[in-house]
Amino acid sequence: MDTTQITDTPPPAAQPTETEQKRAARGATRPGDRIFLGFSRGSGIFLLVIMAAIAVFLTYRASLAISKDHGNFLTTFEWNTGLQEPVFGIAVLAFGTIVSSIVAMAIAVPIAVAIALFLTHYAPRKLSGPIAYVIDLLAAVPSIVYGLWGALVLVPHMNGLFGWLDDYLGWTGIFSWQGGAPRSMLTVGILLAIMILPIITNVSREVFRQTPRMNEEAALALGATRWEVIRMAVIPFGRSGVISASMLGLGRALGETMAVATVLSPTFDIQASLLDPGGGTFAQNIASKFGEATEFGRDALIASGLVLFVITLLVNGAARAIIARRAEYSGANA
Amino acid sequence: MKLQRKNRRALALGAFAVSGALALTACGSDDTGNSNGGDSSASAQAGNIKCDDAKGQLLADGSSAQKNAIDTWVKSFTAACSGVQINYKGSGSGAGVTAFTQGQVAFAGSDSALKPEEVTASKSVCKGGQGIDLPMVGGPIAVGFNVPGVDKLVLNAETIAKIFDSKITNWNDAAIKKLNPDAKLPDLKIQAFHRSDESGTTDNFTKYLIAASPANWKYSGGKAWQAKGGQSASGSSGVAQQVKQTSGAISYMELSYAKDGIVPVTVDTGASAPVEATVENATKAIAAAKVVGTGKDLSLELDRATKAEGAYPITLVTYEIVCDKGNKADTLPATKAFLRYIASEDGQGQLSAAGYAPIPDDIIAKVRTTIEGLS
Repeated sequence: MDTTQITDTPPPAAQPTETEQKRAARGATRPGDRIFLGFSRGSGIFLLVIMAAIAVFLTYRASLAISKDHGNFLTTFEWNTGLQEPVFGIAVLAFGTIVSSIVAMAIAVPIAVAIALFLTHYAPRKLSGPIAYVIDLLAAVPSIVYGLWGALVLVPHMNGLFGWLDDYLGWTGIFSWQGGAPRSMLTVGILLAIMILPIITNVSREVFRQTPRMNEEAALALGATRWEVIRMAVIPFGRSGVISASMLGLGRALGETMAVATVLSPTFDIQASLLDPGGGTFAQNIASKFGEATEFGRDALIASGLVLFVITLLVNGAARAIIARRAEYSGANA
Repeated sequence: MKLQRKNRRALALGAFAVSGALALTACGSDDTGNSNGGDSSASAQAGNIKCDDAKGQLLADGSSAQKNAIDTWVKSFTAACSGVQINYKGSGSGAGVTAFTQGQVAFAGSDSALKPEEVTASKSVCKGGQGIDLPMVGGPIAVGFNVPGVDKLVLNAETIAKIFDSKITNWNDAAIKKLNPDAKLPDLKIQAFHRSDESGTTDNFTKYLIAASPANWKYSGGKAWQAKGGQSASGSSGVAQQVKQTSGAISYMELSYAKDGIVPVTVDTGASAPVEATVENATKAIAAAKVVGTGKDLSLELDRATKAEGAYPITLVTYEIVCDKGNKADTLPATKAFLRYIASEDGQGQLSAAGYAPIPDDIIAKVRTTIEGLS
């Protein structure tokens, strides 16, 4: 075996060597290769067929509901599918889903990056292992447990923070508080931030650890401090990795269901303030309405789920675009 | 970007340990349901239960409001008739009716009577017959509050409607003071909670507001909450939890949830004395109900604007839905035996201990006759 072929540095694209050509011609005819080729191709096609079937089913059921909607599907601030003339709309849900995810990202990403940098560049080896392990465990806690913890522990303790925010930042409008129970978008955002912290931290830590030693040592040789090494070598190298880690976290935040349903006080109107109860999210709305919904009501919920699917698709597309652009000059082939 | 193997194994092990532990504790603490009276009375009543040739598995689904009552009944019934297994899944009235019209369950529980289109749908399952409603469990919906220093509160339909429509926003409002001249009402913001999920409780509560105070509640009603403002939580247990936690909170819930610091409101209906939310007073309200179902259907219409002495107007009746004819041959004996038991004096007698109201005598007598005629 020619070991140089196994590394993942791509071979020069222009002229394949003679041995490679031979190998390719011979390899394709081997029975093992052909079976594997057929198997993997079959799996790929099977996956596409399943996805297409689901998409067709969802679109069909959603179109049944939307055609009978007496409100505007995109702008109605109401969800009442049990009426003679049913009205439902996703405006509040789209707003709530996006706002809670933005709050979660704003809190989680800086903390996660800080933890990852601490674990890879500051913490003593003996400490970094256990800390990483504990963070991993956070990801294994089921979301309903976060929901229960949020409702029973976090919410009662938020009154102080909400009062403080209202006193000092209430003038912004975003942080004004009318004194309702603190079951608002900010509380949900904080809870979601805790939930997405492990995945962002983990992936960022792995990326930072891959920073080429040479780059770091070169920076040190030029007289850089440890912080300057991080700023000049580690962060630029890991940037696209951190972005993709954040997108993984964002995906989880967008779709989180039970924790949000337990902690949020959903209402079908939009509040400018993050502290006043209001809004809802797609997944939470589906979970709380599904049990009592009629056939038609379920179709309407499926329609809202499709919108969430589209939003998730757009977010993922945006993330890929960002990474593709960055990869060219950051030096990471992520 | 791949997790390294060693780490991954540690992660998997840790994840397994934690989730395993959580799953186990979740199972352990699951049984918070109200099982009053089930165990003690089971053996005593076993002699009165007629099993006939009932056997096999009975699937049922529907209203979560009557789940605790069904659980109590199932315990005593299966203790006597060991050949029958009853599996009632309380996934909600809507889900129950859907399961019934698709022929997946022998009977369904529902907080509201079948709609005409649902009766039509049931005809394909009930060969030669149709789905009918049998009133089986009643229950008062308590309007529970948590205001420091106040342990008794009288409200009428008008003030309740205004509170839940965010028209009255403070506990020392003149309208509340007028009804409670002796109470020390604090200067505290009212936090009105409603259900965030669709619910028969919401449906019945808003039907009361529409009937008793149409001028102050201008919404059309239904299982989804319609008024703007206020706060919400999921399930009766969810709103009860919020009322417990929040000073100045008020919400509506089944009576069995109004405990541990939640005080039920006494309702001024216009009768000579305000009416307390009790099981007996709910039964009095159901006694005045009219049977509006046609044929064998026994769906009830409550007089929610009632001014009768001691009749608690915010009351919910839940039904069991079965086929009058064309029940599946393999589940019919078990269905009949179980329904016969829960409509019997023993069955109804177990309800008040679990926080539910029994169905009054003349209506339950009709239910018993109908059950005997099921085929």
